[in-house]
Amino acid sequence: MIRLENINKTYFGAQPLHVLKGINLNVEDGEMVSIMGASGSGKSTLLNILGILDNYDTGDYYLNDKLVKDLTENQAAEMRNQLIGFIFQSFNLIPFKTAMENVALPLYYQNVNRKKRNQLALEYLERFGLKEWADHYPNELSGGQKQRVSMARALVTQPKIILADEPTGALDSKTSAEVMQILREVNQSGITMVIVTHERGIALRTNKIIHLKDGVIESIETNNPDQIDFNQEIK
Amino acid sequence: MFDFDGLKEIWQTIARNKTRSLLTAFGVFWGVFLLVVLSSTGNGFENGMMRQVEGVTPNTGLFFTGTTSEPYKGYQKGRNWSMNLSDLEVIKETIPNIVAISPEASVWTSEDKNVVFGNRSGSYTVKGVMPEYNYIMKSRILKGRFINDSDIANHRKVCLLGKRAYEELFDKGEDPLGKMVRVNGLYFQVVGVVSTYNTSVQINGSADESVVLPFTTMNQLFTQGDNIHFFVLAASDDASIADIEEEVKQLLKQRHDIAPDDKTAISSFNLEEVFKMFKGLFLGIHILIWIVGLGTLLSGIIGVSNIMLVTVKERTREIGVRRAIGAKPKSIIKQVLSESLLLTTLAGLVGLCIGVGIMALVATITANMPSDNMMFQDPNISFKAAVAATIIVIISGLLAGVLPAWRAIQIKAIDAIREE
Repeated sequence: MIRLENINKTYFGAQPLHVLKGINLNVEDGEMVSIMGASGSGKSTLLNILGILDNYDTGDYYLNDKLVKDLTENQAAEMRNQLIGFIFQSFNLIPFKTAMENVALPLYYQNVNRKKRNQLALEYLERFGLKEWADHYPNELSGGQKQRVSMARALVTQPKIILADEPTGALDSKTSAEVMQILREVNQSGITMVIVTHERGIALRTNKIIHLKDGVIESIETNNPDQIDFNQEIK
Repeated sequence: MFDFDGLKEIWQTIARNKTRSLLTAFGVFWGVFLLVVLSSTGNGFENGMMRQVEGVTPNTGLFFTGTTSEPYKGYQKGRNWSMNLSDLEVIKETIPNIVAISPEASVWTSEDKNVVFGNRSGSYTVKGVMPEYNYIMKSRILKGRFINDSDIANHRKVCLLGKRAYEELFDKGEDPLGKMVRVNGLYFQVVGVVSTYNTSVQINGSADESVVLPFTTMNQLFTQGDNIHFFVLAASDDASIADIEEEVKQLLKQRHDIAPDDKTAISSFNLEEVFKMFKGLFLGIHILIWIVGLGTLLSGIIGVSNIMLVTVKERTREIGVRRAIGAKPKSIIKQVLSESLLLTTLAGLVGLCIGVGIMALVATITANMPSDNMMFQDPNISFKAAVAATIIVIISGLLAGVLPAWRAIQIKAIDAIREE
């Protein structure tokens, strides 16, 4: 699903910063992977490249067997829209839209008609137990609810891959566990998942933990999340 | 294509911040409103002014005799001279494009109340004219008819009463036609009542306060002979009155042994110049109004653009999220432009409607005011101007959105998502 070959990325500021120094990585279809690393290790940059939100300097990135390189804004937008679902730490819901409208928004950019859009959005909200909250605005929802809305938004386009950037970063440990439980279920439905986190507890709930340090992959740890009780709070 | 979905998407963002949207829109609203009100007011004055000269043919020339200033053919300078009816006939026959020509003369009397009917009397100017006079200096015929050719040929003792003369001499509603009125001691039969179209262009007093006689009758009865000191003529619409004016003067000088370069023997002026002056004046006023109106509109639009820039900046995260979930640059541009367009167009249309509404109210009020001398009439803007204003608003709405839209597409998804 994801193949990275010798990816390099440098930020040219006052002091050029070589963030990614030759990343090689394979993520198979249906895998659930976490990326761990200290602040500044390049994990967010890597996620941005994976999400086609940022470009890289050298190397090759294949997503779903397609080379992602020198894309126009339109091509990138289209690929994001069709292949990738994003989950952010701070949810990034649009404040003046209801839960349903937020979930339906990616479909708006796929030119799905309004009725179909809202119907699909409702279905996904229902799946996450938020049907009664469909007409509520984000500021009327709890953190966990917001994250569930944003997961519904990420999934509504039926993407091949979910990229989550610290999805539990703004949540308490109990809610974090719930969110991870959902992500686990989503993954088990066949969607590839990449989670960036700095919490060991989160990483332990994925199949593969990629340790990033100073822009290189330090180690890849294989993990069996089945030993973990997913109902247990994350410390 | 009408895109209800897109419209709803845009409306949502506008309605989200009502106060700001309203304040932004107010600039445009005010610009258009002011443009409409000023332009309508300008039109009102123009209409009022034009009504003052209604009934006057612009291609009109007026000629009067003076004293000669050059000795010529044995005559000394300082000679008084007069024209006669045959001059007018020759002028009409030899100079092309003259459609009407008529002398105008008055009888002077020392009598105080010179016009008498029954036991009432009043002082009015007594004028003699030809039938064609009514083509050049139109009067409104309230009752009866104007002087006709047969009155002239038969030297009939008939007269027209000015509106005021009629009102003062007769009872309200009394039929004056056929009645005998004494004018400067002689009796004339009333054949019509006339009033002026306007009070601004008057020669020899207002028609309302005159008694008009057939020219020939007057000359004969008041023994003025065939002397003419003043006449008016109208040229056809496509002819140049200035050229005709010159030709007429040369012809008259030739017929009366006056030096061709004599400047004072014949004076003349044409109304075309007066009309041109009016038109120039109103053109200037209109240009000024549009400059002021468009200037206000421009500042309103800059306001919209400015606020939109701030809005885009504030919405960095929202736009970034939209980009991340698949919005193409095109859809972001479309959104920002549409927001600006919708806001300016709505504000502009509201300004247009309220402006037109208020001016319609003003028009109703002024129309009900006693308005003989009203310099203000029908203040409204033409359909063309309204369409032009609308198009300007729409175009400027788009322009106002260009810079903010450009800024918006500079926002990368990553900028919004990056945690600060």
